[in-house]
Amino acid sequence: MTAQDILDSYEMTIGIECHVQLATKTKLFSSADNNARDAAPNTMTHPIDFGLPGMLPVLNKTAVDLAIKAGKALNSKVANVSRFDRKHYFYPDLPKGYQTSQMYEPIILAGYIDAPLENGESVRVRIHHAHMEEDAGKLTHHSDHSLVDLNRAGTPLIEIVSEPDIHSAEAAKAYATELYRLMTYAGVTHGDLYHGNMRFDVNISVAKKGATELGKRAEVKNLNSFRSVEKAAEYEFRRQVALLEAGERVVQETRGWDDAKQVTNSQRSKEDAQDYRYMPDADIPPIVLTDEYIAEVQKEVPTLPYEYREIFSALDVDRSVIGVLLSNQDIAKLMLQVVKSDKSTGHHAEIIANLFTRIKPHDPDTSNESGDPENKAIGLLVSQHAESHGDGKIIADFIDVATMFNNEEISSNAAETIFLSILNGETDPRQIAEAQNLLQVSDEGEIAKIVDEVLADPASARSLEDIRAGKDKAIGYLVGQVMKKSQGKANPALAQKLIRERL
Amino acid sequence: MTKISDYRGHTARENVERALEKAKSVEEYNALLSLTEVRALERADMVDRGEITGRLAGVPFVVKDNFLAFGAPTTAASKMLANFNAPLQATAVEKLEAEGAICIGKANLDAFAHGGSTENSAYGPTKNAYDTARVAGGSSGGSAVITALDVVPFALGTDTGGSIRQPASFNGVVGVKPTYGSVSRYGVVAMASSTDTIGCFATTAADAQLVMEVMAGRDDKDMTTLHEDFYGAEQVKPGQKIGLIKQFMGEGTDQEVREKILAYAEKLRAAGHAVEEVDLPIVKHTLAMYYIIVPAEISSNLARYDGIRYGYRAEGVRTLTELYGRSRDEGFVTENKRRIMIGSYVLSSGFFDAYYQQAQKARTLLIREYDELFETYDALIGPTAPTPAFGIGENTNDPIKMYLADIMTVPPSLAGLPAISVPAGVSQSGLPIGVQIIGPMKSDARLLALADSQEEK
Repeated sequence: MTAQDILDSYEMTIGIECHVQLATKTKLFSSADNNARDAAPNTMTHPIDFGLPGMLPVLNKTAVDLAIKAGKALNSKVANVSRFDRKHYFYPDLPKGYQTSQMYEPIILAGYIDAPLENGESVRVRIHHAHMEEDAGKLTHHSDHSLVDLNRAGTPLIEIVSEPDIHSAEAAKAYATELYRLMTYAGVTHGDLYHGNMRFDVNISVAKKGATELGKRAEVKNLNSFRSVEKAAEYEFRRQVALLEAGERVVQETRGWDDAKQVTNSQRSKEDAQDYRYMPDADIPPIVLTDEYIAEVQKEVPTLPYEYREIFSALDVDRSVIGVLLSNQDIAKLMLQVVKSDKSTGHHAEIIANLFTRIKPHDPDTSNESGDPENKAIGLLVSQHAESHGDGKIIADFIDVATMFNNEEISSNAAETIFLSILNGETDPRQIAEAQNLLQVSDEGEIAKIVDEVLADPASARSLEDIRAGKDKAIGYLVGQVMKKSQGKANPALAQKLIRERL
Repeated sequence: MTKISDYRGHTARENVERALEKAKSVEEYNALLSLTEVRALERADMVDRGEITGRLAGVPFVVKDNFLAFGAPTTAASKMLANFNAPLQATAVEKLEAEGAICIGKANLDAFAHGGSTENSAYGPTKNAYDTARVAGGSSGGSAVITALDVVPFALGTDTGGSIRQPASFNGVVGVKPTYGSVSRYGVVAMASSTDTIGCFATTAADAQLVMEVMAGRDDKDMTTLHEDFYGAEQVKPGQKIGLIKQFMGEGTDQEVREKILAYAEKLRAAGHAVEEVDLPIVKHTLAMYYIIVPAEISSNLARYDGIRYGYRAEGVRTLTELYGRSRDEGFVTENKRRIMIGSYVLSSGFFDAYYQQAQKARTLLIREYDELFETYDALIGPTAPTPAFGIGENTNDPIKMYLADIMTVPPSLAGLPAISVPAGVSQSGLPIGVQIIGPMKSDARLLALADSQEEK
């Protein structure tokens, strides 16, 4: 058996727990600012977050509403009654000696998401439940001491727990990516991955294909990019298969991901797992939600990725183009308006969709410390445009660009240039085209003159010979020369036609 | 003894100076852990200048030292919080101050309110106001004694299983444990979240009514506070039906105590109320429920005292585990540690269902038994404690015996019901005996009106 055969004889089973930081102004149980990203240590804390004696939690209503919205995105039922429990352990970043979480009666019940794969299919991953909880603070370790920063303590999270329905590294990445889109589109989180707004704990086990029992699982904790979810799954698969093939056991344990080395490392064994002594939190009355209230909050959830996907697919937009459109909610939103205003049965929308792919919208997975500039930039540009020219203007302009391109009045490069100008606040594509001298020349007489000049040029002799010898591709050079002489304005299709007539 | 109204003819400064002076003259009782003299005098002058007015303008009071209050550290009578200066005040204290009341000091208690005698204080026991060889009761012993010694007309306490009613009974004053959720717990060192209540000691039911009325009400800082306003003073309703709880009038209760309770029942009858014996069979299980649920909540609420951010931290530790272990070992008293251990045990995986969940189910049954009685009866009466104050040191080596002193006060706590203790006379050896009056949820003002109608004016 080859190494690949051996790997192929195993299957991996993955379940993912994802912590999502909720986009609230204040913390889950206090009025302290929730955006402590750049604040000096321990400045974004209320006595409640500090765990002072006599302090009591006050539940943040917005956090509950965001959880309700998350419930919709996860196709889950939101519980009419849910409760908070205390999870006890001692650690210096845990001010109360317990984390307030939901152990027994979570707010979000079973659901599912469909994560699209590269091949156009999708994988359905069931959601076991999702619960609300508070984040802990942060410790930094120094040579002879450690420092505690409680700015993050009390930050509201929901933890989304999937069923073990994932069986490949690609599917794990697809699940993480789709979860990100759902949560950001629904407005549940800001989705700043660099700052840990979404953190994935990936539970992986392997077993021989067809085996009835799952293998022992390892949990790779705190992954904060889709790629690391994929790579960690791939690495663990190989590691665990190698162990089993060598006759060793997989230890149930927590592992960390070393992004530089692209390997997982053992952190602690589950065998010394703690007893968290869960108990109901009597300081917080149950969250009681009527169906009417849940419906009212969920009405605010905007169009979700899968809904966009359905609309765009109906237009015959290429799958990879849809992927690009969905990578940025502002673009998806804009495209939806384009589709609605488009009278050309989707043809113009498709052109505009393709234009968007050319300006390379931001990939959240590669976000950096400064956040996600391009992502914001496009949204900002669009809203600025709407502010100065009215809502419908940008859509109308986009459709004009598409129409001009479709009518061969402008080249694809020119279309892109005009498109960017519009995004940057200009209006009226025809004026832009004229001002920048981008309109194509489609006057046969004028182009014929240039074609004749090019063909008469001794430099063209070689190409002409090649073409006559059957090397048809050589015509490209001649068309190129025509375009050059016309300063890019000649309609290339027309130029080619005229050249062929003269061969 | 002086009443709140007796303070009204004097300047706030006179009232406060007199109270401070008197407090200093009764130091042998060890009822106070600190005086908030400087702040008290400042506020007295503010009242006298008319900058603060209100229903309690210029009236001095004392808080149990588990209330976050300015002017002195909030120690909870523990070494753990020996130097803890509160950055804010409890809502109850704020509300009293807003009405012009002036806190002059902070009263002794069993450390973290764990106990029924104030012998568990890290700063020594408080002595009974009637016999210094006997206990003050607890855990709010200091507040009860300072009221009984007439230093202040009222004092604040907390009651989780009898911590106001039992010392009130032992020291011959009125003690109020309100309906769970009537007074905000914000800013009060937590013991057991599901039964902790904030109440008071006073020399008359009418004074207690006024103090409770000021403190009660919804507080957005405590999600468990009730929204309704039900603490308005009431007139006594004639011809009430009152149940005398049979289970507390048997052998476990002192003969003298039983006699005083029966005498109080006679007085109620004479006033036109009907009193008859009622059965509350489940009460024999309530101590078992209480000593599962309350330690469980204690183990959780005391987890924050870890020596990291504030409070006591052991010296010379080398590892984190040692820092936790030694800080908690040295900062807590034995009773704190006993309850943390019991609580941690009953919450452990594998035991949670058998103990905690089972106790919560039994608690539901207790509430149901009370509900059934209150379909017929307006109030229930019985002794507050099986005996008058016991001797200092008498029960300290026998925690079970100590816990049994709470057997009558624990049931209403588990059910969240309002219950008050009012003086019912004095034993032959001169020790006060209290009668406990229990009512349905939110009947607090009615119970106080009934008690008021029985007071000798």
